[in-house]
Amino acid sequence: MAHAADAAHADHHDHLPSFWRRWFYSTNHKDIGTLYLIFGFTAGIVGGLLSIGMRLELQEPGLQFFSNPQAFNVFVTGHGLIMVFFMVMPTLIGGFGNWFIPIMIGAPDMAFPRMNNISYWLTVSAFCLMLCSLFVEGAPGSLGFGGGWTVYPPLSTVGHPGPALDFGILALHLAGAASILGAINFITTILNMRAPGMTLHKMPLFAWSMLVTAFLLLLSLPVLAGAITMLLTDRNFGTTFFEPSGGGDPVLYQHLFWFFGHPEVYIMILPAFGIVSHIISTFSKKPIFGYLGMAYAMVAIGVVGFVVWAHHMYTVGLSLQTQAYFVFATMVIAVPTGVKIFSWIATMWGGSIRFTAAMYWAVGFIFLFTVGGVTGVVLANAPVDRYMHDTYYVVAHFHYVLSLGAVFVIFAGMYYWFPKITGYVMPDWIGRLHFWVAFIGSNVLFFPMHFLGLSGMPRRYADYPDAFAGWNMVSSIGAYVFFAGLFIFMFGVVYAFVRKERAADNPWGEGATTLEWTLSSPPPYHQFETLPRVIDTGH
Amino acid sequence: MTETSNLQRKMHRTAFACVGIAVGMVGLAYASVPLYDLFCKVTGFGGTPIIRDANGSVVMDRTIAVRFDSNVAPGLNWRFAPEKPEVKVKLGETTTVTYKVTNIGDKASTGIATYNVQPDLVGTYFSKLECFCFTEQTLQAGETLESAVVFYVDPRLVQDADVKDLTSLTLSYTYFPSKGGKPVAEVTSSTKPIAQ
Repeated sequence: MAHAADAAHADHHDHLPSFWRRWFYSTNHKDIGTLYLIFGFTAGIVGGLLSIGMRLELQEPGLQFFSNPQAFNVFVTGHGLIMVFFMVMPTLIGGFGNWFIPIMIGAPDMAFPRMNNISYWLTVSAFCLMLCSLFVEGAPGSLGFGGGWTVYPPLSTVGHPGPALDFGILALHLAGAASILGAINFITTILNMRAPGMTLHKMPLFAWSMLVTAFLLLLSLPVLAGAITMLLTDRNFGTTFFEPSGGGDPVLYQHLFWFFGHPEVYIMILPAFGIVSHIISTFSKKPIFGYLGMAYAMVAIGVVGFVVWAHHMYTVGLSLQTQAYFVFATMVIAVPTGVKIFSWIATMWGGSIRFTAAMYWAVGFIFLFTVGGVTGVVLANAPVDRYMHDTYYVVAHFHYVLSLGAVFVIFAGMYYWFPKITGYVMPDWIGRLHFWVAFIGSNVLFFPMHFLGLSGMPRRYADYPDAFAGWNMVSSIGAYVFFAGLFIFMFGVVYAFVRKERAADNPWGEGATTLEWTLSSPPPYHQFETLPRVIDTGH
Repeated sequence: MTETSNLQRKMHRTAFACVGIAVGMVGLAYASVPLYDLFCKVTGFGGTPIIRDANGSVVMDRTIAVRFDSNVAPGLNWRFAPEKPEVKVKLGETTTVTYKVTNIGDKASTGIATYNVQPDLVGTYFSKLECFCFTEQTLQAGETLESAVVFYVDPRLVQDADVKDLTSLTLSYTYFPSKGGKPVAEVTSSTKPIAQ
């Protein structure tokens, strides 16, 4: 950057704007990151409470809390949409991405700071619309939309004539627009603003994961936007994209949705892969094993992720050859994923491992994500899926990769970067206690769902036959334990702020090699006014 | 200074390329509607019968049962039934069947029919030469109309490993209410609560 620009900025160095200007007009990537983290956590609590409502109902057979089972379906739908669009994505992409991508690549801020602000406030507005949708009429005689997060027609068109889904669709439009703008920002930042000497092949793996994620967002979200716009016009303006009476086809919606929906699951997990790589490498005091393989494995997962969507649709009547193709293509994804799992293990192999809280969560992630990956390979088989489709086995599978995968990494990242973000130390025992409570709670919660699914319990019902009672009770107890763990985390945050023990610039020692650890804790309001020069990152 | 504006220009180029990709993907999502329709019509995907001009195939000595299913969507006061519920045809043989549709209401009304064959995989072999598919019909109160479907089952069916042993297939028609050339979804939408 030219000297003139430097001099102009030097005046503002660490001269903080007023509270209102700082947090509401914020264009600073770290402040926006913080806002995203707080937002994601809040939305996560809302989504979590919805799931607690579901587990309370499912604890015993019969209807206990929901006099109208449609309300249960609304809880299921709200839980899914909120967790996907307002918890995992804002936290991993908006939160950690905004905070650490510019710092890791040695840039002073994101490429378009003001657009970054727009993205954040669009996400908040979207969340408000989503909450509104819960309180207006959906299906006749009940509030909210209860057709699942996939919003399949005809249940979402003729089945819910009330305005609830229109609110939901507009919420997804805003959240989608926010994510697309965010993706453009990340791509422009990563491609153009890397510090001198930081080639793409020297870039930290978290930056790689965000680059791939941003491209997935850019290619898949517009398709969702198109599909739900068609749904909106089908509902309100008499078009017949998905309406057989006008020559439309409801299955087309499923194709469009899953063309977005499958890459979406990688959008949620790839940033997690990046974060785990840094944590494993830091606490094994070794550079990550097979750096290039790790980076290109993520690229491969992203590319192949676009051509496997119909494995969500084995039961719609695809021809045998089509099913065979999707089975094969889906299983191919296990190869780059395996490369990543084995590279993490190889990084730990022979390393001098320190089991800090962040490392607990990261290793826990590797184990649990592998469990979820293995059940994914089971479900990839069309004939097996014919039996498992829409049972609790599927619920167990995607919660192992998301709730025990992505969420574990969110906490791993929180405990890893907490001293950097806040400048305070959180005692390590808090994170470790939280880990054990969450690990036990989440496994008690989700593992029995495999058994329920195998014995044929369908998902998205408020009630079930008595035969399923035992494991549902166990599962509900696990949910309460998992949720209770959140209070340990909240206690830890408050405790750290009250105790005010200052964190060192690099509290994790020589294993932590990325650029954020070269800055103070917390980093200055504007960093890298003189760009760092990357000589050798030692990958 | 020039270095800064250079970077600015590069960043804008990247951002505009990204916007282009996003807009292009929305376009593709919409383009997929006619493309999917075309794809179904050409390949018979999802049980879409193929519409042909002439039957150029040789009649084979293998019979298959063709069953006829007929439905009327809620909101249209019509009775709709095939003349015979099932016919046995030889592969490649051109066959004509008639459906009878009656307006049993006391008002004139307009309907439009959509169709499909089951199993889905056999769509590509079910060839229609003439049909009343997708033209609007207006029936006065009490009026009856006979509509003919002329079809043959393509003998190439025996070469398809997925369906070669098939002994029967079903042609299904559904009449939907229609107004001014456009279907009226509102009429068909259910107004009773789906849960109590």
